[in-house]
Amino acid sequence: MNITGINFKKLWGPGLFLIILAMLATLPMFASTYTIIFLISILMYVILTVSWAIFSGPTGYISLAPAAFFGVGIYTSATLGNDLPLPIVIIIGALISACLALLVGALTLRLRGIYFAIFTFGLVELIKHLLLWYEVKFTGTRGRFVVLVDNETIYYIMLIIFVVLLITAFIIRRSKYGLALQSIGEYEEAAAHMGINVTLLKVVTFAISALFMGAAGAIMATRWTYVDPYIAFYALFSFMPVLMAILGGMGQFYGPIMGAVLIAYLEELLLTKFPYYYMLIFGIILVVAILFLPQGLAGLIQKLRWRISGGKRAHT
Amino acid sequence: MHILEGEGVTKYFGGLSAVSEVDFYVDQGEVVGLIGPNGAGKTTLFNLISAALVPKPGTIKFKGINITGMKPHKICRMGIARTFQTVKIFANMPVSDNVRIGSLFGTYQKMSPAEAVKETTELLEFVGLSKVSGVPAKDLTLANQKRLEVARALATRPELLLLDELMAGLNQTEVSESMELVKKIRDKGTTIIMIEHVMKAIMNVCDRIIVLHHGKKIAEGTPQEIVTSKTVIEVYLGEQTYAGS
Repeated sequence: MNITGINFKKLWGPGLFLIILAMLATLPMFASTYTIIFLISILMYVILTVSWAIFSGPTGYISLAPAAFFGVGIYTSATLGNDLPLPIVIIIGALISACLALLVGALTLRLRGIYFAIFTFGLVELIKHLLLWYEVKFTGTRGRFVVLVDNETIYYIMLIIFVVLLITAFIIRRSKYGLALQSIGEYEEAAAHMGINVTLLKVVTFAISALFMGAAGAIMATRWTYVDPYIAFYALFSFMPVLMAILGGMGQFYGPIMGAVLIAYLEELLLTKFPYYYMLIFGIILVVAILFLPQGLAGLIQKLRWRISGGKRAHT
Repeated sequence: MHILEGEGVTKYFGGLSAVSEVDFYVDQGEVVGLIGPNGAGKTTLFNLISAALVPKPGTIKFKGINITGMKPHKICRMGIARTFQTVKIFANMPVSDNVRIGSLFGTYQKMSPAEAVKETTELLEFVGLSKVSGVPAKDLTLANQKRLEVARALATRPELLLLDELMAGLNQTEVSESMELVKKIRDKGTTIIMIEHVMKAIMNVCDRIIVLHHGKKIAEGTPQEIVTSKTVIEVYLGEQTYAGS
């Protein structure tokens, strides 16, 4: 980054973030229940997408495991929700997800490209069917009822997870480990020869990203009142974060957030306005975005900014 | 003192021995050339030293410590850095970040971010890339990309530097510049092993040369001994060629 760019950014980034945060925090006082529920689902997608982008963004390992970590959080909530206070349940859900990620990461992060993607997706199916087998065999029922929590509490907890996640993601991105993750994405072999413990770094970052997905799952479960393995480990929760991050653009910090908000909003809009053509329109928008915006929306904004500043930042 | 020692270093790929029972040593402060025909096992030997591959059987010792089977990042932090035959730069990252990673992760003692930036600036100056420090590495010319690899390797503060065909694909001027660079690195006190096909460079820069052929060490000696050795002329240099000229 340019030295001139930093000042501008230093003022804008956190400032805008604080304003939006203040607005989000005071919103439940005057907003309708519908708005709150809508915002909860947007926040859920943002959390999934940003935590996905912590690991997969810089390294280029396309993980299709979000649904697995999200689902683990959901199921933790469904099993422990009646006996333990909500914050504890969320923390346990997050930790179980992170432990699962450590285990899976240690086993599979030597796979690259499509193999890694397929394996992580297989993980979702594996856990889903294991749970299904367990439930039918030992508890005799397929689903579980989740303890009810009012919408406002869910909303505030989501907001807290979101803020902690953003700070974590920002710190990682700005630290030397962010640089190292990027170098792993560029050329993993060379990164190892530069003294980076690539295996450890990958596994730990993968676990951090799973931590937040698990937390989001644990709180989200309370909104659904009833869950079974099919609901908890729904494949769409693996694909949505990937699509949202790609549409938003992973080159900039705000890219995945923007992508998640936009698609979540679009989904809601299309679903209510054009229930029959929803999937079709949605698909077309995605195809167009991927074809014409290879760097995502963030890349488009970056390009426009360069053009406005008269190509001052053009290199060489 | 031997900074690096290999005993019976062997590596099989399937049934084929890429390197077989090579004994070698490198002294502190030396520049050692590693030559041989294509497929002789030079790069494999580099991969074995830098731990990209593990010798089986055989042991490699660095400063008296057995480093066989260690992970690449450990080897790097101990003080062995390398460049690659086909450049493996971090293409989409700025030149300066490529080097900074070396300072941040490759050194034995932890370095503060500010120190790393300072070191990066110095190293880019040293290899002559100061002007392009903000450019994405992929936009550099091949010669500069190779320089960048050297700067990046030096950023890890190595005691032993492995240069894999630093001059391949460069033109005459660039080759001379690279030779100067190697001499400058040697003068800083870094021990160097270099694989090279450009005989002019090898003869000029190296104190000692090791010749590999079909994975076996067939000769070893000063540049003068090598160019006059019968076996080396037969398998590599070719008859009636005076490579030193």
